[in-house]
Amino acid sequence: MLSRVAENLYWMARYIERAENTARLIMVNTNLLLDLPKSTQLGWEPIIDILGSREQYLEQNSDYDERTVLKFIIASPDCPTSILYSLRQARENARTIRDIIPREAWERINDTYQIARTMAPSGYSKKGRYAYLQNIILGAQTMTGLFAGTLLHDMGYDFLKMGRNLERADMTTRIIDVRSADLITKHESLPPFETIQWVSVLKSLTGYQMYRRSVQERVTRTDVLKFLLKNKQFPRSFYHALLEVKYCLRRLSRHEEAIGVLTEVGKKVLRADQAILKQDELHQFIDELQLGLGELHNVIYSTWFRLPVR
Amino acid sequence: MTIRWGSYKVKGLYDELIRVAGKPRPAAEGLCAYLRSLSDREIEEYKNAADMAIQVMGITFTVYSEQEGSIDRAWPFDIIPRVIPMSEWTQIEQGLKQRVHALNLFIDDLYHDQNIIRDGVFPASLLKNSVNFRKQCIGVDPPGGIWAHICGSDLVRDKDGVMYVLEDNLRVPSGVSYMLENRLVMKRVFTDLFEDQSIMPVDDYPSQLYDMLAAMSPRKIEQPEIVVMTPGIYNSAYFEHSYLAQQMGAELVEGRDLVVDTDDCVYMRTVDGLSRVDVIYRRIDDMFLDPEAFNPESTLGVPGLLRAWKAGNVALANAPGAGVADDKVVYSYVPDIIRYYLDEEPQIGNVPTWRCINKDERDYVLEHIAELVVKPANESGGYGMLIGPQATRKECQQFRNLIKRDPRNYIAQPLLTLSTAPTLVGNRVEPRHLDLRPFILSSPDNISVTTGGLTRVALRKGSTVVNSSQGGGSKDTWIVDDGVK
Repeated sequence: MLSRVAENLYWMARYIERAENTARLIMVNTNLLLDLPKSTQLGWEPIIDILGSREQYLEQNSDYDERTVLKFIIASPDCPTSILYSLRQARENARTIRDIIPREAWERINDTYQIARTMAPSGYSKKGRYAYLQNIILGAQTMTGLFAGTLLHDMGYDFLKMGRNLERADMTTRIIDVRSADLITKHESLPPFETIQWVSVLKSLTGYQMYRRSVQERVTRTDVLKFLLKNKQFPRSFYHALLEVKYCLRRLSRHEEAIGVLTEVGKKVLRADQAILKQDELHQFIDELQLGLGELHNVIYSTWFRLPVR
Repeated sequence: MTIRWGSYKVKGLYDELIRVAGKPRPAAEGLCAYLRSLSDREIEEYKNAADMAIQVMGITFTVYSEQEGSIDRAWPFDIIPRVIPMSEWTQIEQGLKQRVHALNLFIDDLYHDQNIIRDGVFPASLLKNSVNFRKQCIGVDPPGGIWAHICGSDLVRDKDGVMYVLEDNLRVPSGVSYMLENRLVMKRVFTDLFEDQSIMPVDDYPSQLYDMLAAMSPRKIEQPEIVVMTPGIYNSAYFEHSYLAQQMGAELVEGRDLVVDTDDCVYMRTVDGLSRVDVIYRRIDDMFLDPEAFNPESTLGVPGLLRAWKAGNVALANAPGAGVADDKVVYSYVPDIIRYYLDEEPQIGNVPTWRCINKDERDYVLEHIAELVVKPANESGGYGMLIGPQATRKECQQFRNLIKRDPRNYIAQPLLTLSTAPTLVGNRVEPRHLDLRPFILSSPDNISVTTGGLTRVALRKGSTVVNSSQGGGSKDTWIVDDGVK
């Protein structure tokens, strides 16, 4: 498999995943805001932080009103986490490897992008938003299904899955980082709403139902964080994503260095309990996890994508 | 209001489907009857379904414009097919095979003994000034003496009904993927139509191309590594490059994916390290192939590629230098070339051509420029040409100056009234001019021609410019068994 193709598959999957994550984030925040009393409005600012785009956002905008934020995270042509940017990148990556991916998958990516582009304004409006986001989420899920069901499960598929899971792990850490900070420091005095907010964290990651099935207790901060970081079965937990990457790495040759890095990150997250209890330690801890993901990405890059010529 | 053939005006035209108002040609009778039976609403539905299919399938071509950069546009497609009776097609096919066979002999001769020049059939001065003659290729022996493995020849029919070859594309001809995709769209949309017509299939091309490329491999192994080499996603034909790679199961590579090692073999960079490449179907012009041998500025190519090819370690299709016969002045000699090498009369003619390099012919062109079409020798895509009858005086004068400055670079031809076919305009049909580009594959022991080819249609009323970059569209091309032997 060409290094360039492997790299394109990896990025395509990352961007598809990213578009889906951003869409989910918007969906859940929209719902959360409806449930919270007006006086406690968290608004849309935290979403910009979760996506790590504060600086870029403030260059172009001065406040965080709903429409401005949504326009930015749905349609900004140069914010690397906006839905349209992600889908366009996914499509460009797919376009360079059209010969590799199944035709139906290409058609789905193309179609999802075209619809997301032409319908973008309905995503800013309250009325059309649900349908708009749902279409993107389903589009992304369909692609995932098409790849699972029709792409050769060869090395390329491993790179694709690694891209998807690293992006997923990254998003999980971002959501935890920003949301946990919000909830504790600003709103300790509002216990009745704490549960709602932790539920919303779970929902951003489609984890509420699965959390219920797996934890079967009331929703608490500690349990939610444990679930999202350490659960082995929940597909969007950090640890699960790591394990998926590990299975892929094992099938590739020359995987020793990458598996070494991954194992370190894995050990760290399993020791999370201590950090979970204290907010300032948690922030530091999440930082370390993100650095770990970055390092893993770099090793994958140098081992398979940028191979020196002999 | 539905399609009424009686009010479809073909006076003064040769129409591919309709002989005279209301009377379809025999091979098109079934199609025309079917189209007449459709209601307005059905036509609209079919048209939308086809547009939707194209949109969803992502059939695109890329246009580069100064203002907007490169844009990926949906492929303009007309749902009414163009019909050619099989009895006629069989003859055209023979003529094309003859032509390409002679062209390959000609190219091989030019890079070796140049007998055709010594025998006074082809002027040495023309070769000397050819921009597509590659000195680097002199003396090279590609297997079987084949240089132009893939040729796309443009055919046009004049108002008298005669088919002519308008030009031969021997460098990196494109369009075959659209021919295949057009058929796919038609089959998705007009399923019922295909059930009761005997339309020859076209989908054999990718496997024929694969077989031809595989046979070129220098290593005689079970599964030679074949790659399609593209300049990248911003090339106008990128869609086709990836399409063909996909259809053949070949790797689609860019220059940066390949490397020539110290053993003069070509390798591609894979996740497991370097891996040997046997055959390259390159869709990149000669000049950009290898910065060591050709344009040193090229970042699209692979340093040392020509070296590897000359050493016989990799096969290139088309061979570098094959473009020497893809030149509109050389074109005017093709009938002589056929007679010289094959000792046969050409089975398909050329459009009459004046060569500005010869004084008499040049004088005629300068005098009659307002009646003629003037073309530069080495442009493609319909760029840089003058259509005399539609040009202003000033434009004519500009071209007179261009010709005087560089006569070798220009030819002139009469303005043909290209044949037409009914084309959907709104929900009416109107005649639009068209041409046909069949593709010819050459191996040492076999020459094959696509069934039909890509029909390109000038969508603007009265226009004869069919290039997709300039407002052209395309139609599915049907070779219909008319039972005539």
